[in-house]
Order: sequence, then structure tokens, then C-alpha cells
Amino acid sequence: MQYAISILLSGVSLGGQYALIAIGYTMVYGILRLINFAHGDVFMVAGLMMVYLTASLPLAAAIPLVLVLTVLLGFVIERAAYKPLREAPRMSVMISAIGVSYLLQNLATYITGGLPQMYPEIPGISKTITIAGAPTKVVTVVTPVLVLVLVLALTQLIHHTKVGMAMRAVAKDFETAQLMGIRINAVISVTFVVGSFLAGVGSVLYFTNYQSIVPLSGSLPGLRAFVAAVFGGIGSIPGAVVGAFIIGLSESIIKGSNWSIFSDAFTFALLIIILVVKPTGLFGEKVTDKV
Amino acid sequence: MKQTSKKSTWMTLLFVAALLAVVVILENVLDPNKNIMVFTALKKGAVYALVAVSMNLLNGFTGLFSLGQAGFMLLGAYTYAIMTIPAAQRDAVYYIYNGSAINFSLPELFGGGPVGLVLGVIAALILGGCVAAVVAWLIGLPVLRLKSDYLAIATLGFGEIIRAVFQWDKLGPVTNGANALKSFPTFSNFNIQNAGGETVLRLSTFMAFLLAGVCIAVIVLLINSTYGRAFKAIRDDEVAAEAMGINLSRHKRLAFVISSFFAGVGGGMFAMFANQAQAKTFTTAMTYEILLIVVIGGIGSVSGSCIAAFLYVAASEWWLRFLDAETFIGGVKVPLLRNGFRMVVFSVVIMIVVLFFRKGIMGDKELPDRFNRRRKEGAAK
Amino acid sequence: MSENVLKVENVTMQFGGVVAVDNLNLEVNKGEIVALIGPNGAGKTTAFNVITGVYQPTNGAVWFQGEKIVENHPQGKMKQQYKGEHAGDYPQVLAPTPDKVTRLGMARTFQNIRLWKSQTVFDNVLIAKHCRATSNVFTATFRLNRKEEAQQRENVLELLETVGLADVKDELATSLPYGKQRRLEIARALAAEPQLLLLDEPAAGMNPQETEELTSFIGGIRDRFHLTVFLIEHHMNLVMKISERIYVLDFGKLIAKGTPAEIQNDKRVIDAYLGVSEDA
Repeated sequence: MQYAISILLSGVSLGGQYALIAIGYTMVYGILRLINFAHGDVFMVAGLMMVYLTASLPLAAAIPLVLVLTVLLGFVIERAAYKPLREAPRMSVMISAIGVSYLLQNLATYITGGLPQMYPEIPGISKTITIAGAPTKVVTVVTPVLVLVLVLALTQLIHHTKVGMAMRAVAKDFETAQLMGIRINAVISVTFVVGSFLAGVGSVLYFTNYQSIVPLSGSLPGLRAFVAAVFGGIGSIPGAVVGAFIIGLSESIIKGSNWSIFSDAFTFALLIIILVVKPTGLFGEKVTDKV
Repeated sequence: MKQTSKKSTWMTLLFVAALLAVVVILENVLDPNKNIMVFTALKKGAVYALVAVSMNLLNGFTGLFSLGQAGFMLLGAYTYAIMTIPAAQRDAVYYIYNGSAINFSLPELFGGGPVGLVLGVIAALILGGCVAAVVAWLIGLPVLRLKSDYLAIATLGFGEIIRAVFQWDKLGPVTNGANALKSFPTFSNFNIQNAGGETVLRLSTFMAFLLAGVCIAVIVLLINSTYGRAFKAIRDDEVAAEAMGINLSRHKRLAFVISSFFAGVGGGMFAMFANQAQAKTFTTAMTYEILLIVVIGGIGSVSGSCIAAFLYVAASEWWLRFLDAETFIGGVKVPLLRNGFRMVVFSVVIMIVVLFFRKGIMGDKELPDRFNRRRKEGAAK
Repeated sequence: MSENVLKVENVTMQFGGVVAVDNLNLEVNKGEIVALIGPNGAGKTTAFNVITGVYQPTNGAVWFQGEKIVENHPQGKMKQQYKGEHAGDYPQVLAPTPDKVTRLGMARTFQNIRLWKSQTVFDNVLIAKHCRATSNVFTATFRLNRKEEAQQRENVLELLETVGLADVKDELATSLPYGKQRRLEIARALAAEPQLLLLDEPAAGMNPQETEELTSFIGGIRDRFHLTVFLIEHHMNLVMKISERIYVLDFGKLIAKGTPAEIQNDKRVIDAYLGVSEDA
């Protein structure tokens, strides 16, 4: 029972962390039709920045600074690696994304020397508590709440602000939106800024749980979050959140069983099944091709 | 028109023969122990050239963006290794699992000795390709219906699944779990030794080139056949291709299966190059590496992929090595140089290619085209 | 009695609640040139897409050379939404893919030219021969099909000469002027060796002179290749000059059929076209 609760708890918190990453994927895909392969690495870099900044700064200064820098990183990546390829075939942009991911990983290896870095303890959320007899960290409880708050804020942004409206328009029809005088580059930048910000928050929560970071730390959570986004129906924010919680829970359940080696395999098998059976995911819209 | 194409075929054949001869001479003149880097780069380059061309067949010529290459290489590598580890070595390799479930080895089945070795290795490589092809055939049915980037992510996921399956304990007696398979014949087994155990003729690099060359030649033949043309039609315009009587699902599957076959053979060769086969080497990062080679060489160019494979391998394994070493010039430490810097420089170069030289080295042209055009331009003057 | 090559029977095509083609019936007889006309959005291309297997009709059947090739009835959600007639008449489901339809002997062109952009004129036509090749991937790769390949190349060359594109055969398809691209698309369709040629607005975007040339060209290939031609067109000059019979579609419904002379004087047709630009 205790065991079941602890698995449930870690699943929920993992799901919340994936949700924060998945939103970045789903928003970018909704607008650019691009799988931003570098997103998971942005998440990893955010974690590393935290490690290095807390070495010289107090936490209260380091956390906001990390978030600002992560946002800046997302913005720069979009401007440098995706914007020049706006007119190019989709495959080129995707390759560019893979290139950025490769670059960030190699950069991280260079700076850390390839050694795992210890994530700093954040007082308040690193503390261990016991819920229904199962020991866990405060972060486990904080995560779902924070996710909920952030997602609500985001939906407010998307449905009730001008930039949100522009985002929806661009996602619906890129070219028409452009013709209607929407500055799509600004909209796309905002998308990346929001996505990176959430990934930054996600990284604080995730690495508090996992403690050590290696340059490849971002790629698997990134892929899992992407699967979550597809599961929920890519382009849909509630979908991404629901998908992330499902992925998080199932991962935690499988990791707790004898089949732990198959946890990633399961995630991907799930992905392939969804793509084949219902490519639009749980909440996605259907798109038809025209001849 | 017909004449020039025949001529360029001969030119290409001649060029390949000359290349093979140079490789043999080089290997026997230069001391491989002093020039490890050169021969590592050449062998790995040959393997990567084959895998890159097989990926290009799919991504460049058929327009299917697949990222499953490492997974298929893994299948080929494991099949090759399992089929060729000498029976006597099996207990040592599989010591964790108290011996292997399979207790024969193809080179020995073919009678051992040099003949058995050659036949056994080739049969095992082909078998590796076949295993990859069969798996591709099975997963191709559902997966190939997906559109571009969904296909990419699904095949990527497939690679991860394969990797997990091969590391599974329960399959240990066959796959050796998460441990490496070794002791199977490698490229250096093809060096000819005299009775005293001295190497008289080194053929290891030659063998890598020959095997890769034959496979690439087959792919080129395929690309230039009526099926290859159909693939290109699918790439250019799927709707038109279907309206002109090309069965999309059948042809896509065909391209996928053939590409996977050669990725499997390439995987077996990679095991020969690396002297071991271990699931954890065939990661997504490896697929990305191969994809980048294809991009650098030019999507839709076989010769581009080959050139890029050697450039890429040589640069990462050999020419840029100095970037990883801390260097002092006149007592002053050169800034930045330290372990890992090579890969940073390397990825920056790749980003520059991706962003500013999008056509890669060759675009979608082949080497003979380039020469022909130059000749034509010369004639026009 | 003339043998009919194509018969469209009670075909209804519905996208959700929108009825694009409503209970369409038409016949094309062997050796005829038949035109399907109608204002923009009347459902002409949709009808083509149903015939060639791109869309599966919501209800109805299509016959080709006496054989039923397409058949469907409303299913699933469509059962409630279906607005057409004859719902119970087509119990079977036959849905060939476009490539299969083409191999049966029906080839088409597209309204917005769809050539293979990176290929030469020659290869564009040669690729269309692929569906008639008997070699498998193995024999093709190892050049065991030399005879067939040579035969195909010769046929393509002949075909290009017939349509007057032999001099540009090594150019990239997209480098051709517009009129020639249209012609190439027709040549490509011919290479698939059809009995029935479907042309989707072959004269779209052409000037009067090019249209004139095209008119005689279509007549010429019909005679030369013993074809039946079914075409969608907006250029009334062309339609009136070459078609033997005309079907008129408006809002998905057939509003008239008959010879060019009959259609020209049909009240409903004139009404349907009133207020629409001269070209349409």
C-alpha cells in the first residue's frame, strides 16, 4: 500500500514535470509544425545553469536568473536556427533542430567535462516528508499544484490576450495570419519564450528530484514529454498536460515493476500505437489534405 | 546521351577499382600501428558511408524521413555477432549466462579456414541484413502511413524499443544481455598471415571498402532502375505518383525494407570495425550522426553521402583530435582546448552547414554529373 | 449500341454536412470526348477524384469498362448525416486506391500541374511507365530487365515526339513554359497506357492561342491512341469545339446534359453561369 502510494506520488510529480516540457513541444508544433528536438536540451541546460549559478549566487537570485537565461536561450535558438529556414522544407528545419540539440549536448559535455553535476538543494522543496506513510519530497506535492497554476495562467494568456489570439491565428493558418498583418516572427518568439520558461520551471522541479545532471539528461525526458504531447493531441495544451500525467504515471509504475528496463520502450510503443490508431491524439484536431 | 551514361559508368567503375587498389597499397606500405588514426578513419568511414547511403535511399530518394537507422544497425550487428562467434569462445563471451543458447558459428559451418571465414562472414552479414529487413517489413505496415515528422519520431522510438529488448536479461543466452558480444571475426581477420604468424598482406581496410562498395553499388543500381525512379516520383509528388499507378504503400515499404537491409549489413560491418557489438552503442545519437552525414553530403546524392562519411569520420576521429588536447605554445596554454572541445567545434560546423549550405557538398547531384558538366562547359568554350 | 467505358451511378460525395456531389449519373462511351462543365465549386474535381479513387464516395458506384470498380454506402456517422438518395442500393464496399484505378486503364491530369519537379521531361514520362513494368525489384536492380527497359525508353521517346516535346526531353520538367508543362502532363498520363483519359482543366491559365493548339492536340491524341476522353473545362471555346457531349454540374447536381448545341441554348445552364465571370 505504502509502496503503491509512493509510486503514485512519484508518477504524478513526474507527470507534472513532463507536462511543463510537453507544453513547449505542443505549442511550437502547433505553430511551426516542427518537432523541436532541442527542447529537451534547453531543459537540460537550464538545469546546468542552476548548478553553476548557485555556486556563486544565493538561491533567491539564481532561480529567477536561470529562468531569464533559459527564456533567452529559447529565443536565441529560434532566431538563429529556425527563423532563417522559414521558407525551407520542413525536413531542413527538423534537421536544424537536431543540430541544435547535438550542439547543446556537446557544449554541455565540454563545460562539465562529461561528469555528472550535483543539483543544488533548494530549501523548502528538497525536504523529505511523509504522506500516508510513504516518504517523499515536498517537490512531489508542489509540482502538480504549480503545473495547474501555470497551465491556468497560460490558457488565460492564450484565450484572453491579444498575443494569445495572434498565436491561435498563426496556429490555424500561418499564411493567412501573415496576410492579416500579424507579426508572425514576434508570435513565434513569444511561443518559444513561453515554452522555454515552462521548461526552465520544469527543470528546477525535475532535477530537485533526480539530483544529478549529465549532458544527456535532457534527451529522454524531452522525448517522453514529446510523446505525451502527441498522446494528448499535438497542438492542444490540455492534451499535453493530460498526456504527460499518463506518461508519468505509467513510467513510474513500470519502473517500480520487474519490467523497468522496458519503461522507455513502453513509452515509445505507446507512441507508435497512438500514431497508428489515432494520429490526432486524445484532443487533437483532424487535418485533411487537399488534392 | 546513352553514350555518355555508359562512359560515366565505366569511369565510375575505374575510379572505384583504383580506390580499392590505393587502399591495399596504402595499408601495406604505411605501418598501421603507427597510423592507427588513418585506418580507423578509413574503416569507420567505409561503414558509415554504407549506412549513410542506405539512409539517403530512404530520406533523400524516397522522401521518407526515418530515424530508425541505429535500430536496424543494431539488429544487423547482433545477428552478425551471434552467428559468427566461434563455438569454442562462446562460454567465455556468455560467461554471465553460463554459455550461449546458440552453439554453432557460420564460419565453422562453412568448414573453417580462409574459405569458411569469407563465406561465413558474408553469410552472417547478409543474414543480419535480412533480420533488419524482416523487422522493417513488419513495422513498416503501420508506421509508413504516418506523415513526415510523425514517421521520424515513430522510427526513433522503434530504435529505442529495439535497444531495450536487446538489453533484456531474459534474452541473455542469445544477446548476452547488456554486455558486449565479442571474439567474432573482425576486419583484421582478413589480414593474410604466413605460417609463422607474420602478416604478409594486410587486407582489413580493403575488406571494409570492398563490402561497403559492393552494397553501395547495388543501391546505386536500384536507384537508377525503374523502382528507383518510382521512389523519386513519390518523393517529388506523392499524389501524382499514386495517380500514375505507383502503389504508394508497396513502394514505400520496399524502400524501407531495402534501406533497413543495408543498414543491417552496415551494422554487422560496424561490429567488425568495433570488435564488439553492444546495444548501448546504437543510440539515437548514432542515427543523428548518420543523418548529419547525409545532410552534409547532400540529401539525394550517393557520392555526397560517401564523401561526407569519410570527411565526417576523419574530422571527428582524426583531424580535430588536437582540439581535445591541452596544448601549450611557448609556455602559454592555448585557451579553450580541452576534452570535449572537438565536438563543440564540430557541431558548430554542422550548424553552419545546415543553416548556410543547405544543399550540402553535392546537392542532389552525383560526382560523374559534375565532371560531365565541366566537360560540357569546356566544350562550349 | 455504343459500349460505355465509364459509368457513374448515383454517386453522392458528402464532406460532413456539405454535399459536394449530389446523386451524379453520367456515362462516357468508347471513343467519345465528353466534357464536364459548371461554375467554380460545382463539384467537378470532386467527381474526378471519386472516379479515380482519390475520394471514396459516400454513396453510389462507378463502372469502368463494364466492371464495377467503386462502390460505397453511407457508414458510421454518415448514416445520420446522409442527405442523398439511393442509400440502400449499394451494399458492397469497393475502394480501390488511385494507383489501382490507373493500372485498370484510366489516367488523369491535375488542375494545378503536378509534375515531378526534380525530374527531366523524359524521366517524368518514363516514370509513368513504371506501372506497366513486369520486372520485380530484384530483376530491375540487377538489370535483368534490359529488354523491357529499352522498350520503355523507346516508347517514351516516340510518345515525346508525338506530343512535340522530344527536343526538350533532357530539360527539367519545371523549366518548361506553362503550355508545354500542361502538354507534358498529358504525355505522362498517356504513358500509363490508358483507355480513358481524364483531363482536369487542361486549358487553365492558357492564352487563346495556346488553347487553340491544345484543342487540336486533344483531338489528335484521341484518334492516334484510340482513347476516350473525359474532361473538365472552363474554356467554352474548347469545350464547344471538341466535345461530343457535355454534362453540366451546379452545386453538385447535374442540371443539364446534351450536345454542345443543346447546352448552349439551355436556360438552366445560362442561369447557372450568369453573373459569373466570362472565363468561368
